[in-house]
Amino acid sequence: MSEAAIAIRGLRHTFPGDRPVEVLDGVDLEAAPGAFVSLVGPSGCGKSTLLQVLAGLLAPDAGESLIEGRSTIGEPGLAAYMPQKDLLLPWRKAIGNAVLGAEIAGEPKEEARRHALDLFERFGLAGFEESWPSQLSGGMRQRLALLRTFLIPRHVLLLDEPFGALDAITRREMHQWLQEVWASDARTVLFVTHDVEEALILSDVAYVMTPRPAHMAARFEVDYPRPRLPSIVTEPGFVADKARLLAALDEGGTG
Amino acid sequence: MATEAPLTQGTLPREGGRLLGRWGSAALEYTPALVLLVALVGLWELLVELLNTRPYILPAPSAIWNALLDKGHLLPNHIQATATEAVLGLVAAAVGGVLLAVLLSSIPLARRVLYPIIVTSQTVPAIVLAPLLMVWVGIGLESKLIVVALVGFFPIVVSTVDGLASADRDMVALVRSMGASRIEELRHVLIPSAIPGFFAGLKIAAAYAVIGAVIAEWVAAKEGLGIFIIRSQASFRIDQIFVAIAVIALLSIALFVAVHLLARAASPWKYANDQGENGS
Repeated sequence: MSEAAIAIRGLRHTFPGDRPVEVLDGVDLEAAPGAFVSLVGPSGCGKSTLLQVLAGLLAPDAGESLIEGRSTIGEPGLAAYMPQKDLLLPWRKAIGNAVLGAEIAGEPKEEARRHALDLFERFGLAGFEESWPSQLSGGMRQRLALLRTFLIPRHVLLLDEPFGALDAITRREMHQWLQEVWASDARTVLFVTHDVEEALILSDVAYVMTPRPAHMAARFEVDYPRPRLPSIVTEPGFVADKARLLAALDEGGTG
Repeated sequence: MATEAPLTQGTLPREGGRLLGRWGSAALEYTPALVLLVALVGLWELLVELLNTRPYILPAPSAIWNALLDKGHLLPNHIQATATEAVLGLVAAAVGGVLLAVLLSSIPLARRVLYPIIVTSQTVPAIVLAPLLMVWVGIGLESKLIVVALVGFFPIVVSTVDGLASADRDMVALVRSMGASRIEELRHVLIPSAIPGFFAGLKIAAAYAVIGAVIAEWVAAKEGLGIFIIRSQASFRIDQIFVAIAVIALLSIALFVAVHLLARAASPWKYANDQGENGS
């Protein structure tokens, strides 16, 4: 498995229009199989665009985008993608939404259902299996969207600010929980966030992007031992790293 | 006083209202309409009495009631014929309308070519079309069914096309990212998005279906409320015509309500929060 799970090389993209918007200006990124990689950057810098390219939804103007060696250009479905909005289907109950990706991937319905039901408890959704999305709170909708993404049978997960809509306390719980889940099922995660602390707690590698038109400003190896507890954020090493990351963000902003 | 009631009481009447059922609250909702209707019928009876109007010009409601009792035994066969034409025609309109809407929505060229023709086709009144259809297809069920379907498919096509276009593009993108085919996009996102629009169109079609069938029967038929009206007219039985009008109205309302209930059953998520009628 020397091949990268995710490889982005020289990615360029401009959204056409009356006033064309140059979003990506030669972006490179690599994630080893099983790694947890974060992508940090200012709002509107093109993080989501990058994820859409990897999800096969957007053909870039130039560059390579590979999931496990296969080009994603014009080829959706190679990775499990979670967009920023929860995008739950209002006409499917919670359980139906959870199994959507697995169902489209061709998993037998009963098996997908059983799989999903096992995870409802872990995602704090027990008892809401038969609820309609409109009956769930914002946090629950977000967790359901994450559960749906986890149930897609792919080795690579693309998560676009999955905890963006959650409150700080739930968020800390989700960090612990995500580490556990990730450690137990050996999948590669590309995690988009604008929260530096979140990136450091979760990642093996954190990339920092510049504002639009974006390229990579810096790449950090994060090698604190795992599991990482919530208290890690007060340790001197962590605080120093956080400062370095923030500095890289600011530098990208001015340079 | 209501504002001072303890919190728990706020939920109790609501539960009770749900238990008493939809019928209780519906009855309450339609009471004013019913009162008005009764008042108008009473006024009609009174005016006919006072002005001494001839029954072959305008019969009194009581005379119409007597006509119903007198000739009511003739009605079931006519009602059955008209209802069959209306329902089957509506089903044909729904099937054809949805297929056409999917075609128009998924192939831009089809939309450009067919949409103007479909709109133009609606400028031809059913009453003009009906005699032609009798010539082409005969005076049996088929020609009536075609008239009803032609009247009904237009609102269904238009509102289903709108419904399909209203689908959340991000949701389509999401299922596409999961590797969904075009058919799966249609099945998981586009068609469910179009369900409310489809039923809005179907309701309009249902309101016109019975009248469409009656118009077709006017031209030529062996049975049906339309032919019952023609025969009543020929024998100057204006009271019987009013009986037919009342039956047509009741049939139309029944069909409309049936479609409404069908819409509820087909989109349970819209009523999940017990928002009553807001959903449709």
